[in-house]
Amino acid sequence: MSILIKHISKSFKDVTALKDISFNVNEGELFGLIGPDGAGKTTLFRILTTLLIADEGTAFVANYDVVKNYKDIRNHVGYMPGRFSLYQDLTVEENLTFFATIFGTTIEENYDLIKDIYVQIEPFKNRRAGDLSGGMKQKLALSCALIHKPKVLFLDEPTTGVDPVSRKEFWEMLKRLQQKGITILVSTPYMDEAALCDRIALIQDGQILQIDTPKEIVKHYPKTIYDIAASNMYELILSLNEYQYNHSVYPFGEFVHYTDKRDDFNPEDLLKFLKNKGLKNIIIQLTKATIEDTFMELAR
Amino acid sequence: MKQKNVIQVKNLTKKFGDFTAVNNITFEVKQGEIFGFLGANGAGKTTAMKMLIGISKPTSGEANVADFDVFTNPEDIKKNIGYMSQKFALYDDLTVKENITFFGGIYGLSKSIIKQKSEVLINELGLQEVANELVGSLPLGWKQKIAFSVALLHNPKVVFLDEPTGGVDPITRRQFWEMIYKNAHNGTTIFVTTHYMDEAEYCDRVSIMVDGKIEALDTPKNLKKQFNVENMNDVFLKLARG
Repeated sequence: MSILIKHISKSFKDVTALKDISFNVNEGELFGLIGPDGAGKTTLFRILTTLLIADEGTAFVANYDVVKNYKDIRNHVGYMPGRFSLYQDLTVEENLTFFATIFGTTIEENYDLIKDIYVQIEPFKNRRAGDLSGGMKQKLALSCALIHKPKVLFLDEPTTGVDPVSRKEFWEMLKRLQQKGITILVSTPYMDEAALCDRIALIQDGQILQIDTPKEIVKHYPKTIYDIAASNMYELILSLNEYQYNHSVYPFGEFVHYTDKRDDFNPEDLLKFLKNKGLKNIIIQLTKATIEDTFMELAR
Repeated sequence: MKQKNVIQVKNLTKKFGDFTAVNNITFEVKQGEIFGFLGANGAGKTTAMKMLIGISKPTSGEANVADFDVFTNPEDIKKNIGYMSQKFALYDDLTVKENITFFGGIYGLSKSIIKQKSEVLINELGLQEVANELVGSLPLGWKQKIAFSVALLHNPKVVFLDEPTGGVDPITRRQFWEMIYKNAHNGTTIFVTTHYMDEAEYCDRVSIMVDGKIEALDTPKNLKKQFNVENMNDVFLKLARG
């Protein structure tokens, strides 16, 4: 077991950030912590990387206790915090050399591990970190988190605010790192990234809603779900919200995802209702639940 | 009825030294339209937006926002638009009420109007219990909904939203979009950037910037047809990856 978390709780004054969190991450696993801002993801990362002490519970990372063996953990994990935390006034190369030296190694010794990522920013190695674009900062931060060849890598919202193209590239990099045997715990508010993890934990308000593989999580969605479209999206949402039998009404791209309270729901009834509301070009069709549907159902 | 243009941009360009951040872009946005302004990080979206809200002078071209020229009347533009961004929207160390009063004052609203608007806003968003709490203590999703309402306090013709829903939970994100729909329906023009491609589908029309140029501009439906893909995410990947 690479990460072992048992009954961890943490409060700040009257705010409970984490409530009785327990889960394990296997060696070599790519594990996703999926939840919105304020769910408690960063607090958990800070506890696991020994920067914060939990009020209750225990946790082990790479077989070290996060409280008793905190110094060992620091040598064996890589941590990329959500906020860019490198030295803005050092150059790309200086930052990397600095972190390598701190961990008693050199860029050359572990170059193999960061090569894929570092070659993309190497042309700018004499540029100050503060002058890099968002995507380049992210690549430098990941290189610095990897330079001492950690056993476990913690990535706190590495793709927040990053465009879809760079996000896709970043996940491809993570998959390659995983193949090199590194255990990865990554958090994200983007539900579509959850599908790329081996297992995920859905987290909200300091509590784990569910833990499983992305496929199983979607399979356990309890309702039949319909795609609904009409020529006027706003009127459609208003009408569906008015419909007395609705269980949930959530816009999803060009459709609205709709579930009904009744077990014997007949889409024809809804079609009639929407037609009476004056909506045109109505489409009602069965669709499959996504991780985001599951998250919203659990979070209700 | 043919709607009038609230934003009109022609050959707009911004250069920083030898670097052309925004390269000859042309488009218009109609009254009550939800216009999605997409692009990869560094494609020039922020620079373009700064010109449209009157805080950065274009190198060349023409732009008219809310009936004012960005070259000659940037101050009038600022008074007639709303703006909120993911990074900064409200003061964390002021209460909800104080923020509303502050921004209402900035936009030159009278005390009685601020008081009245503040009550409506607090009731509509169900904030009665937290009206005197510091904004910093509220969840991000609430803050963003308040910020949007505050950006609309002075009834601007157009509101600019720069990644308003980044990191917001999926339910609140959808409530936020319902607020956008409602205001667009009532005639406010919405100019919005986002990295959530499902949100791009909610827009009436979408433009995608690549290296300073607008490489595509149409309804989400037509863009998907044009690139022969299933969703906006794939349109984006095809365009921005070349």
